[in-house]
Amino acid sequence: MTVTTDRQDERLHHRAGLSGAVTDVVERARGGDLGVIPVVVGLVVIWTVLQVLNPIFLSSANLVNLTLESAAVGIIALGVVCVLLVGQIDLSVGSVSGLSGAVLAVLFVSEGLPVWLAIAASVLLGAVIGWLYGQLFNRFGVPSFVITLAGLLGFLGLQLYVLGAKGSINLPFDSGLVNFAQLDFVPAWLSYTFAVVAAVWLFAGGFLHARQRRRAGLSARSVTALAVRSAALLAVLAFVVWYLGQTRGVGWMFVFFVGLVLIMHYLLSRTKWGRAVYAVGGNVEAARRAGINVRAVYTSVFVLCSAFAAVGGILAAARLAAANQSSGGGDVNLNAIAAAVIGGTSLFGGRGTAFGALLGVIVIQSISSGLTLLNLDSSIRFVVTGVVLLLAVVVDSVSRRSRTSHGRA
Amino acid sequence: MTVLSLRGISKTFGAVAALTDIRLDVAAGEVVAIVGDNGAGKSTLVKILAGVHAPDSGRITFEGRDVAIPTPAAAHKLGIATVFQDLALCENLNVIQNLFLGQEIRPLRLDDVAMETRSWELLRQLSAKIPSVRVPVAALSGGQRQTVAIARSLLGDPKVIILDEPTAALGVAQTAEVLNLVERLRENGLGVIMISHNMADVKAVADTVVVLRLGRNNGVFDVAEVSTEDIIAAITGATDNAVSRRADKGVPS
Ligand SMILES: Nc1ncnc2c1ncn2[C@@H]1O[C@H](COP(=O)(O)OP(=O)(O)O)[C@@H](O)[C@H]1O
Ligand SMILES: [Mg+2]
Repeated sequence: MTVTTDRQDERLHHRAGLSGAVTDVVERARGGDLGVIPVVVGLVVIWTVLQVLNPIFLSSANLVNLTLESAAVGIIALGVVCVLLVGQIDLSVGSVSGLSGAVLAVLFVSEGLPVWLAIAASVLLGAVIGWLYGQLFNRFGVPSFVITLAGLLGFLGLQLYVLGAKGSINLPFDSGLVNFAQLDFVPAWLSYTFAVVAAVWLFAGGFLHARQRRRAGLSARSVTALAVRSAALLAVLAFVVWYLGQTRGVGWMFVFFVGLVLIMHYLLSRTKWGRAVYAVGGNVEAARRAGINVRAVYTSVFVLCSAFAAVGGILAAARLAAANQSSGGGDVNLNAIAAAVIGGTSLFGGRGTAFGALLGVIVIQSISSGLTLLNLDSSIRFVVTGVVLLLAVVVDSVSRRSRTSHGRA
Repeated sequence: MTVLSLRGISKTFGAVAALTDIRLDVAAGEVVAIVGDNGAGKSTLVKILAGVHAPDSGRITFEGRDVAIPTPAAAHKLGIATVFQDLALCENLNVIQNLFLGQEIRPLRLDDVAMETRSWELLRQLSAKIPSVRVPVAALSGGQRQTVAIARSLLGDPKVIILDEPTAALGVAQTAEVLNLVERLRENGLGVIMISHNMADVKAVADTVVVLRLGRNNGVFDVAEVSTEDIIAAITGATDNAVSRRADKGVPS
């Protein structure tokens, strides 16, 4: 057997095929590179407990609701992941989302602009806010924590001002936007098609990549391992589609959220910009010396984060069919940040994935929905969410220490 | 032929005059060693050439043209590659990602196969002992990191390579490898600036030795004609400076 270019060092353990892939994951987890393992374990525990406490929790109807409730905060969390990756934070995402919902309502309802124009204007406003944060951060070196804390207050004020004396604007129920957030579901056949396409895509991508690697004389995943992985994905997705399909099915808004997660995953893991984001979070000085425009990277993530917050705000308003003074207030801010962290994004920067936002927000929404079903009041919900967040941060810190001792910091 | 020359370069940090009126010439296919005590200003000089710090005054000429090096990107573009003493690697990224940081192949759809292949080529060329290029740099030893950093500097086809204490963290075998590599760089017609504390290394590979002392030039020697004792004397200042003054004027001592 010829040895591939990347496996020639005699100190390497040789692991082939499926069992090799599994061993690798276990080994990496031992070394503190936990990836999404803690959040998946956490989710299983939380779901089990909540189901035991109330058998309605895992019902199809409730889970459909949960997916719809996840989308807005999840999209905001996606932006927070980007900011955390460069080792910064945005505390104002809640206010920006509230402001965006208010601006949308005013332009669409009060001013009578076409809905797409109102949406575009709100998202643009979010992007401008992020750009402003970037400028303040780059030019004056003010910590992002402080800039965005000011933003939290400032944009809440602006939201109240925009909403005017009445303080609340209803969106028409028959508008496409409200429909999208409340009533639009993917037909069953299309949902299954999505599931199949995803699995085929994963297999084809993996297969072509493996072939390219083999041709270049590098080690590659076996076809069996790839097939098993794709089959597993197909099984999971098909089950989800089937189960949610028992009642209303998969909402378009949730599909939209997952679509954004996939796009961000691509941008972060497969483009030069994504590399720059991780590099800046890992070692700014090294990134700067590598010729990366560090300021542009900071600006781009602040812009993305605020723009995602704006999109989340629009969807939240659409879901409620109204924008009011408490939109984006309460726990939206902390839920979005907590979702990012619970999803495995390190507060120390340079570590985390777009999928983390998806998993994290499902954890957050599960707690919220489960405790609401139990008729427990929001005081308990806050406490439980706080404890889970604390656990996530502890896992982050401990795994970081473990990485250091296993040489994977 | 001189590729890079500095005249009258000065740099102060607050009240500290880190460099005063420095001159330096590097020719293609020449290895220039810069030696000096701790705090002599060697790293500062490197950072000026790498575009990390701007000099307060002085002239930099690269391939016959006056140039400014305001940013690291400008240094890259001119063809000056630098391996810093504090390596400047991202510990959370793997070897390939570090090697290609800022110069990834196919920016919009990263070609990781091509990058991995090229990484192995570079590392083999340096006879690097790195078991896997897919591990985070945090998992590598000091010597392996040095190798990664040197391999990284070769990617952009530079004309001048600056190595800040390249052998300080290395074992015997890897030091020899790096010195071999320095010779190979010279054979390929690159100008090499090597900062070192180790006189044996300097004598082994350098053509010219430039001594810095307290931020000033304190002698330029032809390695073939100077003794280790004379270099050390210039470094510590335990000389009446006649040697260095004559050498500065280009008069053989
Ligand atoms: N960024 C900086 N800020 C302030 N002082 C500095 C900085 N960099 C270097 N210095 C000072 O400049 C002098 C030269 O330092 P350096 O170039 O690192 O010396 P060497 O590399 O020869 O040991 C030292 O006195 C050092 O303290
Ligand atoms: Mg130094």
